[in-house]
This record gives sequence, C-alpha cells and structure tokens, in this order.
Amino acid sequence: MTSEFGLREFSIKYGFLVLLAGLVLFFSIFASGFAGARSAVFIFQSVAITGILALGVTCTLVVDGFDLSIGSVATSSLMMSAYMLVILEQSAFVAIIACLLMGAFVGLINGLLIVKMKVPDLLATLGMMFLLIGLQRVPTEGRSIATGMRLPSGEVADGVFPASFLWIGRHRFDVFLEKLIPVPVIIFLVVALIIWIFLELTRHGRLMYAIGSNERAASLAGTNVNYYKILAYVISGITASIGGLLLSARLGRGDIASGNNLLLDSVAAALIGFAVLGAAKPNALGTAIGALFVGVLLHGLTMMNAPYYTQDFVKGGVLVIALVFTFALTSRSRKGGH
Amino acid sequence: MKKLACEIRGLEKAFGPNKVLRKIDLDLFPGEVTVLMGANGAGKSTLVKILCGVHQSDGGSINLFGKLFRPKKPVDAFNEGVVTVHQSINDAVVPDLDVASNLMLDRLTDKKAGFFVSEKNLRIESEKIAEIMGLSFDSKKPVSELGVADRQLIAIARAMSRNPKVLILDEPTSSLSAKEADRLFKLLDRLRSTNVAILYISHRMSDIRQIADKIICMRDGSISGTFDQKPLDYEGAVTAMIGHKMTEVNFKVSEKGKEILKLSGLKLDSDSADINLNIYQNEVVAITGLLGSGKTQLASILFGVKKQFSGSIFLNGNKYSPSNPMEAINLGVHMSPKDRSSNAVIKDFDIEKNLTVPFLNNYSWVSLLKFNALKNVAKDTINDLGIVCQSENDEIETLSGGNQQKVVVGRWLLRPCNLLVLDEPFQGVDIKARRDIGNYIRETSINRATIVFVAELDEALEIADRVLVMNEKKLVGEHMNKNVDINQILVEIAGQSTLSELSR
Repeated sequence: MTSEFGLREFSIKYGFLVLLAGLVLFFSIFASGFAGARSAVFIFQSVAITGILALGVTCTLVVDGFDLSIGSVATSSLMMSAYMLVILEQSAFVAIIACLLMGAFVGLINGLLIVKMKVPDLLATLGMMFLLIGLQRVPTEGRSIATGMRLPSGEVADGVFPASFLWIGRHRFDVFLEKLIPVPVIIFLVVALIIWIFLELTRHGRLMYAIGSNERAASLAGTNVNYYKILAYVISGITASIGGLLLSARLGRGDIASGNNLLLDSVAAALIGFAVLGAAKPNALGTAIGALFVGVLLHGLTMMNAPYYTQDFVKGGVLVIALVFTFALTSRSRKGGH
Repeated sequence: MKKLACEIRGLEKAFGPNKVLRKIDLDLFPGEVTVLMGANGAGKSTLVKILCGVHQSDGGSINLFGKLFRPKKPVDAFNEGVVTVHQSINDAVVPDLDVASNLMLDRLTDKKAGFFVSEKNLRIESEKIAEIMGLSFDSKKPVSELGVADRQLIAIARAMSRNPKVLILDEPTSSLSAKEADRLFKLLDRLRSTNVAILYISHRMSDIRQIADKIICMRDGSISGTFDQKPLDYEGAVTAMIGHKMTEVNFKVSEKGKEILKLSGLKLDSDSADINLNIYQNEVVAITGLLGSGKTQLASILFGVKKQFSGSIFLNGNKYSPSNPMEAINLGVHMSPKDRSSNAVIKDFDIEKNLTVPFLNNYSWVSLLKFNALKNVAKDTINDLGIVCQSENDEIETLSGGNQQKVVVGRWLLRPCNLLVLDEPFQGVDIKARRDIGNYIRETSINRATIVFVAELDEALEIADRVLVMNEKKLVGEHMNKNVDINQILVEIAGQSTLSELSR
C-alpha cells in the first residue's frame, strides 16, 4: 500500500522531469549532433520568445484568469517597433520604451474590462486579441514593414533598424565557445527569474495565489483583489511586448504574418508547467521547463528527420499528457490523502 | 384518524465517523404543513437529501402511503411523488427561458416527450398550471426579468406540476421580503387544501407562526421536540432547537476599559429599527439570534463588506465607515467570517500560508517574504491554539473542521487590534476545538473589544461577558452573563414580544 502510494507520489512529483531527462538521453543517443552546447543553446533560443510570453500568461493563470491577447500584443509590439524605427525614424530606446508602454496599457485595459466591467476573462482578452490583430494592420494598410519600403504616400521610408536594436535579437555572447549564447536566451532566463521571485518569494505573489484559490476569502483577508488582478494582466502585457520586440529584432523587419503560433505555444507551455514537480497549479519554474520540454522534443524530432508539419501534433500530444499528469494523478492523490 | 403520507422510522446516516442522523422518527400528514427547525449542522439538510434521493440512509425506513420508499437518485424520488424545492432558487429556474418553458421544463425532459417543441401546447399547458396555482404572469416573459419572489413561486409551481404527494421546501423565504413571503404563504394555503403533505424548513419565526400546523425541532442529529398542540408553543420550539444545557465555565470578568465601538441609530435595512450599542475595551460581547436576524449583516457592515442603510458608527470616538475590508484592517478592525470553506479557507494553501495571509506586510522586507518569521509565527499559533497537525506545512484540507476553524480564527490574532469580530466562530467544529478557540479568544481579549456572533445560546453563554439578543434586525435584549434568565433570552430570540404586532 505504502509503496504504491510512494510510487504515485514520486510520479506526480518527478514524472515529468524524468520524462524530460529520458527524452534528452534518447535524442543524445539516437540523433547525432543533439548532444552539445550549440544544440542546447539552439533549443533555448527556439523557446525563448514563447517562454517569455508563457511566463506572462502564468501570472494571469495564478489569479485564476486567462490572457488570450498575448499573441496579438506580441505581434502589435513587433509591428509598432518596426513602424517607430523605419517610418517615424525614432531611436531604438524610444521604440523599446513605447512598445513596453503599449503592452502595459493593453494589460491595463484587459484588467479593467475584467475587474470593472465584469467581462469574463476569456471573452475580454479574446476581444482585445481581435482588436489588436486589426489595429496593427491599419497604419501600413496591411503591409509588412521593411527598411526602404515605399509608403502609401509614394515616399520611401528613410528609417532603418539600428544596430543597437538588432543587437537584442541577434547578438551572441562568448561563453566557453565563441558567439554561443544569444541575448534573447539571457532575457528569457532573466524574465523567468524575475517572475519566479515575484510569484514565490514576495507577498504580492503569495496574495495572487490566494486570489486564484479563493477570491472571496482573499478579499475578506484584506487583499486588494482588483489591484492584483489588473497587475497580472499588466505583467502579461509587458512580457508579451518584450516577446514581440525580440522577434522584431531577430527578423529585422515588421513581418505582418509572423507570430501566428505564439499564443497557442505559450499557453501550452504554461499549462504543461502545471505538471512539473507536481505543482498542479501555474508556476514560473514549471512554465520555463514546459517551454523547454516542447523545445527539446521538437528539436530532437527535427534532427531525426520528422517532417515540420508534425510539430503541432507533437505539441498537442505533450499538452494532453501533461494535463492528464496534473489533473488525474494529483486529484486522485488528494482524495486518497483523506 | 388521518392517513399518513410519509412515515420515517429510525432513520440513520453517518459520514465517516460523524453521525449526522441518529434514529429519526417523523410523520408527515396530507394537507398539513410540518415545519422543521434546527441550527446549522443539526442534520436537517441531510434528512432532506435522503428524502429527495441525493443521499442514501444507513438504517431505518421511510414509508410513503404504506409503501417502502428508498430513492437511489433524485429521479426516483420525483417519480414516487416526493418533490423538493431547494434553497437556492436559481438552481430551480432557467433565467434565460420564459415563464412557460420554465413551468414545463420537466415535461421537456420527459423521455416520452416528442422531439419537436410545440410552442402552442407548451403555453396552453403552462397556463393551466399557472391558473391552478393562482399565478398571473405573462407566460412569454423571460424569468430573468422576474424578481426573486416570482422565481420562487415559479419553482414551486413547477414542482407542483409533477403532482407531488410530499413537497419539501428548504428555507423558501430566506431571500424574500415580508410582503413577498405573504404571496408564498397564500400559495401554500392553496396547496394545503389540495392535500399535499408539506415539509417546510425554516428558521424565521414570523414564517413559522403563519404557516405551521406542526413544528419538529432537530438538534445534533436527533428530534429534540415535537409540537402539534394548538396553540403551538413557539418558545418551547426555540428552546428545543437551540438547547440551553449550561456548560460549566468559569472565567474572570475583566475590568471594562474605554469605549471602542459605538453604533448610533444604525439601520440595517430601510424598514428595520435603529440599533444603538456601545462596546468597551477588554470585554467580550456575544450577539445571538436566529439565522436571518441580521447578525451577519451587522458583522459585514463593521468590516466594510456592506453598507448600513443609515446611522453612524464610531471607532475610538472617530467616525468609522470603511469601504472595504482592507480599510477596516488598517483601522484595527479584524473579522473572521462565517462559512469558513467559502469565506475563509484558501484551499491550495498550507496551514502557514493560510494563517499569515492577512498580515504578510508584517513578515516581509521590501515585499520579499521573510520565510523564517512566517514559519515561527505559524508554529507559535499552532501551539497557542492547539492545532492538531504534523507540521505548519500540512495542507489545510487535510485538517478536521475544528482545526481548520482554529487556523482561520487564529489568523486574526497575529496582530493586536481594536475590535475583533467573529461571525459564527464555532460553526461546524467539535466540542474540544470550540473550547480551545473560546479560551484563546478570552485569554487574548485584553486591550481590545471583541464581538462574537453566534446562533447557539450556549455558545454565547460560554464565551461572553455580555449577551445581546437580535431579532428581526434589531437588538431586543441585553444581559450580563451572570445568573442570566435563560427563559427570558429564549423569549427574546423567538421574538415573542413582536407576536402581538404580527397577529394584528
């Protein structure tokens, strides 16, 4: 009895990590070139942007909310930065600050819609998603933005993507090997650390978890529920705009069609994170590992010549398995604990 | 001799080690309204759930017109003619459908009903029901546009469309005003004349006086009193329900300090009387009264959850009107709410996190939590209150009710306050935990004022220096807890003083 219980406890807590280690081992043996620093960095780089978005959506999940607008905030940030740089000829600094403010503002509006107007979170952020998808096409009449593009007025845009802006998307630091770690990976790790500290080590994070578990009890314990809910959406908006900026700096153009998959990928990462260490709740560490898990799997399969069109199928499979881990196993053990 | 509609004999039910029903005997007669009274946790709702097929009994029998009745699921109970209208009305109506569809819902779910809905037949049928019940609604109106009382009447009418032999109403007036309740009573009078046996669950004395043919009281899972001699002995019923076994308590009454709280001309609702009250430092005041007497409303006003209709509150001589719990806490007013599982317990948190949630400010440095300080204060509180657990990191849901209650009361004692308000702090706790919590509240009562709202009289007498009685949203009695006249308190709780004006 105890051994069975112990096994279940173990699999809930470490099952997903064991699976991750097993995958890495499997690919290291069977996919030549998988094991190695550059390959590892490639995985990190491939998940950096979705990971950053996923960390933002994690904050909204913590307060028992949901943010569907992150993907469109990211692409809006991508288009906005390109517009500011190429057409308005602003400096990289101004473009970055403007995009971050835009993200925060969208988050604020989301939060106010949900808290003050009582619109359900899914619907409010779905509406915001549509709004932004449409809005980001208006200034350029639906076209992508590139250096030297012809404007609707017939003039040629004089602005460029300055090197300092491209640096945040393309520069690689020398660590052991020359040009190994790209800036977006560093930013992903820093954002993950900040969100982790915020959620796990500060009283604000603690109160946000309290709201997510029992909003009424949290409110009767003197928590400013509305403030923290809005804050969660503002954080989500800011992280999404960071993601968009990194994408913009990597591409070096305002590509209207990029970032289509961002929303689903990052939500999947956050949900997979529920299964890590048996948390059964949104958490920053789990989200980061969830994003990496998907990255490892896709990279490994690609190296073993799996065709690109199977990727979404694989992601979906991982998500479903992770959700089963989270809900079936943990709920059973909780009932058994009584 | 009247024929029995429903005969319950020796009914027993236990949840785990908890005996909820201990050999209940109960008779329901056709054309009679039997009122069932009982405090929270007395076992009323379990009894109802067995009758309507949600739970199965462990022992004993139910006979329906001489036939054994043992519903396995709610549908069985319906089919046998036992229909229940539950307390939350919105579970019984579909707000977005119109009146006719709501009245005919059961016909729609009937397997024998056709695939297509005939709008015309639906209306004709529903108007028939409405006419029998004496309801006059526009049958095309969506239920969402109707008030609570109308929804309640529709729910009952819908129940009647099944031609029940036994109708169970679970606190049907809990969200109705006096005027709306009158309409309900008229409907019940009509039903009584059609020979339905009605089991009516309520705490409201004003309802009971108007409607009851017989009163049955439950206490701790047993029938504690049956009253069917006219005129009905309402006081006796309240005594049987609340009980007043004096428990030996000896505590020393502290010297009364300065005035902390002053209520001046406070009206809870537009039609309720003024409340004037002074509460002093060092004293523990219990405010007792039946459910719905306004206790929780007053507690909510003191904590900034609700607003009073009129009148003012003073805290330490200053005008006090908090707009939310946060403001109340900052002014030194703490409140432990009733119904811990929905209002107080944070399920995903362990003991330590649940304890410290209101005062994380005190245990953090520039927002970063001081984990050692949190651990220590949790350990101290666990010791002080005698919370039975493995460690401060036990999940809250693994604790017994009494220990959970200790945690959610204990969280408000982490920091000194001006006024501590406890709404039903002994709800759903065992006697040991009740003593522990009571003692700890008394031990720490120096330098603050304490108000405890309780429905059970012996709980009030166990903890308070002064006992106040509330009835129909006003204060009707005040007693120092020394050689108290328990009968007088019971009369006040039952609201005998208002009997004359009601029967006017």
